[in-house]
Amino acid sequence: MSVKPMTPKEVTRKVINKEELFILDVRNEADFADWKIEGENFDYLNIPYFELLDGVEDMLDKLPSSKNILVVCAKEGSSIMVADMISEAGLSVSYLEGGMKAWSEHLEPVKVGDLYNGGEIYQFVRIGKGCLSYMVVSNGEAAIIDATRMINHYLEFAKNLDVTITHVFDTHLHADHISGGRVIAEKTNAAYWLPPKDAEEVTFDYSPLEGGNIVRIGNTAIDIHALYSPGHTIGSTSFVVDEKFLLSGDILFVDSIGRPDLAGMAEDWVGDLRESLYSSYRELSEELIVLPAHFMIIDELNENGSVAEKLGTLFENNHGLNIEDENEFRKLVTENLPPQPNAFQEIRQTNMGKIYPDEEQQREMEIGPNRCAVR
Amino acid sequence: MIVDKVLDAKGLACPMPIVKTKKAINELESGQVLEVHSTDKGAKNDLTAWAKSSGHELLKHEEENNVLKFWLKKG
Repeated sequence: MSVKPMTPKEVTRKVINKEELFILDVRNEADFADWKIEGENFDYLNIPYFELLDGVEDMLDKLPSSKNILVVCAKEGSSIMVADMISEAGLSVSYLEGGMKAWSEHLEPVKVGDLYNGGEIYQFVRIGKGCLSYMVVSNGEAAIIDATRMINHYLEFAKNLDVTITHVFDTHLHADHISGGRVIAEKTNAAYWLPPKDAEEVTFDYSPLEGGNIVRIGNTAIDIHALYSPGHTIGSTSFVVDEKFLLSGDILFVDSIGRPDLAGMAEDWVGDLRESLYSSYRELSEELIVLPAHFMIIDELNENGSVAEKLGTLFENNHGLNIEDENEFRKLVTENLPPQPNAFQEIRQTNMGKIYPDEEQQREMEIGPNRCAVR
Repeated sequence: MIVDKVLDAKGLACPMPIVKTKKAINELESGQVLEVHSTDKGAKNDLTAWAKSSGHELLKHEEENNVLKFWLKKG
């Protein structure tokens, strides 16, 4: 039988369409337990490839005959080896092209809304890692928010829309992924905006983004209003776009809230986090659509694959927005936190321009889920 | 430490470092030591897990100029 590659894009469609898939993950057990491809109707079997070097006969009865089987490993080499053996045994099977590395880097663009006078806003879903970035398009110009390091996705997307990138923003200094913001700004001569309180140690020039700033995209008024909302980091800033969308960065997610500990300041920043979520956000219109910088679980995806929810709905349903007692809130966001993201200190240093890892090192640093939230 | 055999798996991508390690260790007697050199970063976790599940002992490992070195005692 045949062995076919399945691309990360094809797997992403299966996640969004809630299709069935049987994943045979042949990475070692620790790596599988830490991070895997999530899908509502996916089944899993984890057998490390090095247990299968003598053959796959003993595990064949664990494989379904009626479902698509996808063999997954870190970079693809081992999955091809195992898929070949399964195929020789008579089953039809695919392997994940590029492995978990490619899965971590795949971006799925989804349009999340129309803006004033023909403008549009797109969300780029980094499905494997749970990172969300954005492009606001208006009258031939584009702004990019919280870009990943896969900058060609954005550059090509802008080219296809025939728009010029004029502004690039980061809502905060990221600790879970390497920002592509600075490089995009350099390549396009766009302005690169960072909150100055997160940028005290950066080694490059940037435009300081302060609460109350308004940046206009295109000459028809699509405004990006900056709203200072510290707590995940001391500089964290949210954006209200076209009075319709609230880009909440890592402060508020659909089913969770930001964690205050990734820069080592949990105790100091709890008060800021509470103030941002329970006071500053309360003053905004509940009709705003929240567009966060992450999702944590696949249930947070809407039917079209986007991650977006009305602020009013989050005030009702998001547990982190409904903790009356301040001490209980403090406990939730400072105790029993999930593990910190892989290499988060090195990632912060990279985003400050203090170290310059090559592409392969950047990939290694970003392996795993984002882990920026507490539920 | 007396090393009975050295395997150069530098430049090889997963799964080859482990495929070659398994082959090399098959040619040793129980108690003998195999030294493995690899440039595949994933080899560290995988060799450790493989040695454990196949009954060999990972005596030590170190990293030198981006080369991972392992010493395995055949079980």
